Amino acid sequence: MRLFGLSQRTLAPWLFLAPGVFVFLIYVILPIFQSINISFYEWDGLGERTYIGLQNYVELADDEAFYTSLKNNVIWLILYLLAIPAGLFIALFLNQNVWGIRLYKSLFFFPFVISQVVVGLVFSWFYDPTNGLMNILLNVLGFDSIPVLADERYVTYGIIVAGLWPQTAYCMILYLTGLNAVNPEQIEAGRLDNAKGWKMLWYVVLPQLKPATFISIVVTVIGALRSFDLVSIMTKGGPWGSSRVLGYYMYEKAFSEYGFRMGYGAAIAVVLFLIMIVYISYFLYKMYRDEKGY
Amino acid sequence: MKLNFKQLLAVLALISFGGSMSASELVINTDTSDPAPKKAFEDLIEGFKAENPGIEVTWNLFDHEGYKTSIRNFLTADAPDVANWYAGNRMLPYVNAGLFEPVEDLWESEGLNESLKSALPSMTIDGHIWGVPYTYYQWGVYYRKDIFEDLGIAVPTNWDEFKQAGATLIDKGITPITIGTKYLWTAAGVFDYINLRTNGYDFHMALTRGEIPWTDERVRATMANWQELVDAGFFIENHAAYAWQEALAPMVNGEAAMYVMGNFSVALFREAGLTDDQLGFFQFPTITAGIPVAEEAPTDTVHIPANAKNKENARKFLAYIARADVQTQINATLGQLPINSGSEVADDKFLTAGFEMLSNADGGIAQFFDRDAPAEMAEAGMQGFQEFMVKPERLDDILDRLEKVRQRVYQ
Repeated sequence: MRLFGLSQRTLAPWLFLAPGVFVFLIYVILPIFQSINISFYEWDGLGERTYIGLQNYVELADDEAFYTSLKNNVIWLILYLLAIPAGLFIALFLNQNVWGIRLYKSLFFFPFVISQVVVGLVFSWFYDPTNGLMNILLNVLGFDSIPVLADERYVTYGIIVAGLWPQTAYCMILYLTGLNAVNPEQIEAGRLDNAKGWKMLWYVVLPQLKPATFISIVVTVIGALRSFDLVSIMTKGGPWGSSRVLGYYMYEKAFSEYGFRMGYGAAIAVVLFLIMIVYISYFLYKMYRDEKGY
Repeated sequence: MKLNFKQLLAVLALISFGGSMSASELVINTDTSDPAPKKAFEDLIEGFKAENPGIEVTWNLFDHEGYKTSIRNFLTADAPDVANWYAGNRMLPYVNAGLFEPVEDLWESEGLNESLKSALPSMTIDGHIWGVPYTYYQWGVYYRKDIFEDLGIAVPTNWDEFKQAGATLIDKGITPITIGTKYLWTAAGVFDYINLRTNGYDFHMALTRGEIPWTDERVRATMANWQELVDAGFFIENHAAYAWQEALAPMVNGEAAMYVMGNFSVALFREAGLTDDQLGFFQFPTITAGIPVAEEAPTDTVHIPANAKNKENARKFLAYIARADVQTQINATLGQLPINSGSEVADDKFLTAGFEMLSNADGGIAQFFDRDAPAEMAEAGMQGFQEFMVKPERLDDILDRLEKVRQRVYQ
């Protein structure tokens, strides 16, 4: 069968892809351009839009809260990557055959299964200055309580630790599947050449885990950049806005109780989008180059 | 990344209330999801149905917090016939966008200009009346009467007595005031009162209307008074980590003795086990002598959206909720005060005290910081107050920042 001069073989993949492409265009690609467009307007979401050119961006450049959010985003990006080595070591640790290992694996994976909202709540209680487990422990050891979520110095780190818990589990599962694919003959060969411990890990195992590492980095970076739910649940961006990240700040300006500045929110979204696209394309490019081996 | 909420909501709305389009319908959206308000509205709607058997009422109950964002969508996409909201500046965006219907005809025909007179100013924008108020409640200081009596502290009526009372409490290892500022608005309650008492109602309203710079000396005077309390250790530690409900605990346990709050807290205090012998209420003490006393009493309201389909029935409902006997009943359930001057205040010591206090508020009645000031100013202000309560040394930075916001918001 031929249609428009195309064979069934060329046509079929596109037909199968069509629904996905269609949805992707409508819900991902189109909103990007809509956001960029809205960012040039002053609009409360209800009334008339007024075109104000780059005014939103000018204001953004002079907005302390924006820089706080940006700084926090960078801290998130860097510290969130700790999930990858942590996930790798848990995976290595769990990659053995003892009785009940499946149960242990599921338990380690558990934090990723429960909702981020629950993770946020659990950690809020953990950090609670009067009744929280962390401060009870600190008091027993003779230290003063630390109100992690009410102190601008610690709050972002406190939330990141909460975020690392499920993210580590995610990286762990990626590495566990990766470890299944590690070639036992290469391990054997390495052993014959007297490779042990760290050397074995670094030169024999890790190179074979490259696909898993790649996926881990991508999901972790994206996870760090869209860190919204934990901030919203644990602090609402507080105290006094010091734990905001760009995603949350955008939400606060555009959709929260006192917000509804759609144009300004969209401008923040555009900045976040640019950071993501730059970071990810640089990363993909680097990956691609490494793959080709020069 | 962003769904078109309007479209989504339109679809949901069609599914939920598009079913039967008979001539006499009434769709009501409310945010009364807490137990007492929910019960009050159940009774209210039952009562309305009994008197208007021809009207088929659909009631959509929204989560209290979620309502604040969904109201924007349903007012534009597929409007109900009645929606509840708040008086003052909180309704301004919807009035400006033409989403509420003016109802002065109803006020005229039902004689509400008389019976609801006290709330008329907060319902009027641009010379039109935009809804019907059905309840309000006082703010003030809720305190542990038993602790005060044990320590021989008299109820403070002025600033020096107040500070003295606090000092006595601190001596005994009790924190004078509990507060949870995680959700910010509690700090605004404290600011409102100190500002109303330091500079008076007119100044406070001018400030929230954006007519006075935040760097004004009078604002600094307010903040200086507040700082006296902060420096003396009046407020519980780590308050930025707690929601207002969590901050009830220290007071219930006797670790703190006062809470600057609205009357809705009484139900929770009672639920937590405080008896009426332990819990008391007093008016926020005088700071600058001679200023006419103003109070804070937020008003809750119902409105007819401009896009409503059954406006006749909606008017019937608004007339019903404005009636003296109905307001008596609904407020008895809510544990709040009726607006209608012909209504009776429920037999409860906090309500009678509040009613007494508000009836004598010659200075005026403020709504609340986030209802008197526009949304963006309110948010920046409340964040500033929270920061000030923890880092009072940053006062200058905070006021400069608020001034910057003011100049942009009110331009």
